[in-house]
Amino acid sequence: MERTGAEIFVESLRKEGVHTLFGYPGGVVLNIYDVLYDSDIRHILVRHEQAAVHAADGYARVTGEVGVALVTSGPGATNTVTGLATAYMDSVPIVVFSGQVPTHLIGNDAFQEADIVGITRPCTKHNYLVKDVRDLARIIKEAFYLARSGRPGPVLVDLPKDVIVGRTEYVYPETAKLRGYNPTYEGHLGQIKKALKAIHESRRPVVYAGGGVILSNASRELTEFARRLRLPVTTTLMGLGGFPGSDPLFLGMLGMHGTYRANMAVSHADLLVAVGARFDDRVTGKIDEFAPNAKIVHVDIDPTSISKNVQVDIPIVGDAKNVLKKMLGLVHGPEWEDRDEALREWHGEIEAWRRAHRMDYGQGKDVIKPQYVVEQLHEATGGRCIVSTEVGQNQMWAAQYFRLEEPRCWLTSGGLGTMGYGFPAAIGAQAAFPDRVVIDIAGDGSIQMNIQELATAVQYELPVKVAILNNGFLGMVRQWQELFYDRRYSHTRMDVAPDFVKLAEAYGALGLRATRPEEVRPVIEQALAHSGPVLMDFHVDPEEGVYPMVPAGAPLTKMLLL
Amino acid sequence: MRHTINVLVENEFGVLARVAGLFSGRGFNIDSLSVAETQDPTVSLMTIVTRGDDQIIEQILKQLRKLVNVLKVTDLHEGQYLDRELVLVKVAATAETKPEILRLMDIFRGKIVDVSPKTYTVEVTGGEDKIRAVLELLRPLGIKEVVRTGKVAMPRGMQNGG
Repeated sequence: MERTGAEIFVESLRKEGVHTLFGYPGGVVLNIYDVLYDSDIRHILVRHEQAAVHAADGYARVTGEVGVALVTSGPGATNTVTGLATAYMDSVPIVVFSGQVPTHLIGNDAFQEADIVGITRPCTKHNYLVKDVRDLARIIKEAFYLARSGRPGPVLVDLPKDVIVGRTEYVYPETAKLRGYNPTYEGHLGQIKKALKAIHESRRPVVYAGGGVILSNASRELTEFARRLRLPVTTTLMGLGGFPGSDPLFLGMLGMHGTYRANMAVSHADLLVAVGARFDDRVTGKIDEFAPNAKIVHVDIDPTSISKNVQVDIPIVGDAKNVLKKMLGLVHGPEWEDRDEALREWHGEIEAWRRAHRMDYGQGKDVIKPQYVVEQLHEATGGRCIVSTEVGQNQMWAAQYFRLEEPRCWLTSGGLGTMGYGFPAAIGAQAAFPDRVVIDIAGDGSIQMNIQELATAVQYELPVKVAILNNGFLGMVRQWQELFYDRRYSHTRMDVAPDFVKLAEAYGALGLRATRPEEVRPVIEQALAHSGPVLMDFHVDPEEGVYPMVPAGAPLTKMLLL
Repeated sequence: MRHTINVLVENEFGVLARVAGLFSGRGFNIDSLSVAETQDPTVSLMTIVTRGDDQIIEQILKQLRKLVNVLKVTDLHEGQYLDRELVLVKVAATAETKPEILRLMDIFRGKIVDVSPKTYTVEVTGGEDKIRAVLELLRPLGIKEVVRTGKVAMPRGMQNGG
């Protein structure tokens, strides 16, 4: 049967199992919106296209499904760039559809024209300009397949107006066929055996797990593997929740704001088993002195991640879940019975590091410490909620003090470090799970980057709880100025800020404020009891810092502890 | 170290931009690049000459393979492939230089393809060393203009080099 491009678009989304679409209409996508008017796909109208992409990203991270956003041409499309770059750096499966001027006007500097395929080429896994309506169904199939398979990532599909209104016979392909794209899921058995031999021989092993563990749903396998072989585990920011935070084998996060014991353990290890991590500079510190004595095993689905920053001794290209499963199948037998004994000394050393320095803060009587707010949020929810963060100090305190037990509960812009990510991502997560508690831990700077989404949360009854750790500063930048720029606080003080309580009320949300420590818990309780979105404004110690801290470019052992 | 890499790609718009963008975005160098359709009109072959240490070359190969439109990447090893480049050179032609230009073209099996009162334009095809040599010898005669195609390469014999 003949269909229009707009009808093919909506029908193909249904075929891909899309229930929720985050979008913002405009001139060239009007025909699509006209079809959506009668569709059972839920469309959430955001207040800025950047938020549509972050919301799709949050939706994808919590569900493991592909998040979808729809925007118009020109500025609608360019506003998605930050969202795409965020998802690209963190390997999040999303598909963004942008409208485009009709094909005969492309290149003519037409009204609301932007070369979005050109602009987004370096920040998408792949992108398409659909030039013929007959290619549309195939390209949508490929876009979803590319987004979710292999190392996941964002895909953009640009839809010119004449493709949207054009008509063709509609057949949705069963499978995507891409002759240049064949991700490797199975790890090489020989390499896996070599890795196990190295693990068996090691007396000071550390598992370093990243976001790949979450993406491949490998948390259970990782946990079982580490527990069976008594391997200490540290995770990256992106890997948080991939291993239970309360497990005695957990060292906490490593890197610039990692725990003392995680950084010491990695620096003294004789074997590092990296799983779905990419040796980012915020993790390694000075690269030449990272894990200097360790042999390195690296499991990653993306061959380009292997030996990019550090030379890897035993590379295993494959899906984390798959590889860990294979490893688990091979660690039976008497030679694996002695793990406790073999690693006793190492665990003793780690325990000594744990005692030597624990993360702590002194919560006094008068001034609220931001870490205290995070801990109270954890306590009040029992840790059983979805947490998103903005970027900066709020993000690091959340990472350090909100102990996560499960995967897919943690939304943070790790790679790109996008301020303004957390709130729309939380909205996306709440749209996926209306009954779960979703908290955005924010700063007073970051929250203002997408504050307009309060209207979206109110309109769609998405009861996200935003906790602003309000210190009146762009706190992380201020901290660097304090430490490395002689306390010259150049343009980091936000002298004028809105009254967040009134602002929440102006949007029809609930606004709450705490200025003293004893008010923190009641505000949280009140927010959690409220059925709608809440903005909590916590006035915290303005010059509190994030510690430990490894200065940029220093080795991990050179931590500022405080 | 210099490497010659053959890249088979989908013959689609935007593919060259993806490959070029990969090099520029990651700070890799392109010394030369040539592209044309293969026997299969849906596939094009790029010959890229690049340089870098082993780790950089490994990254370049992996990053190229990661592109969805890239079908096959072959790092051609020294001595195991043929390469040719075509160069057009416009040389000052005076009473003294004309015989020398003709002699050089005879030696290098080049051709005079255009003649004007003051210049000869010559065409030379060959491997890297030959092109370098002919340019060095023509330079003292007064080169006005040079146009090079960049290298194309093919594995020798029965190897399937793509």
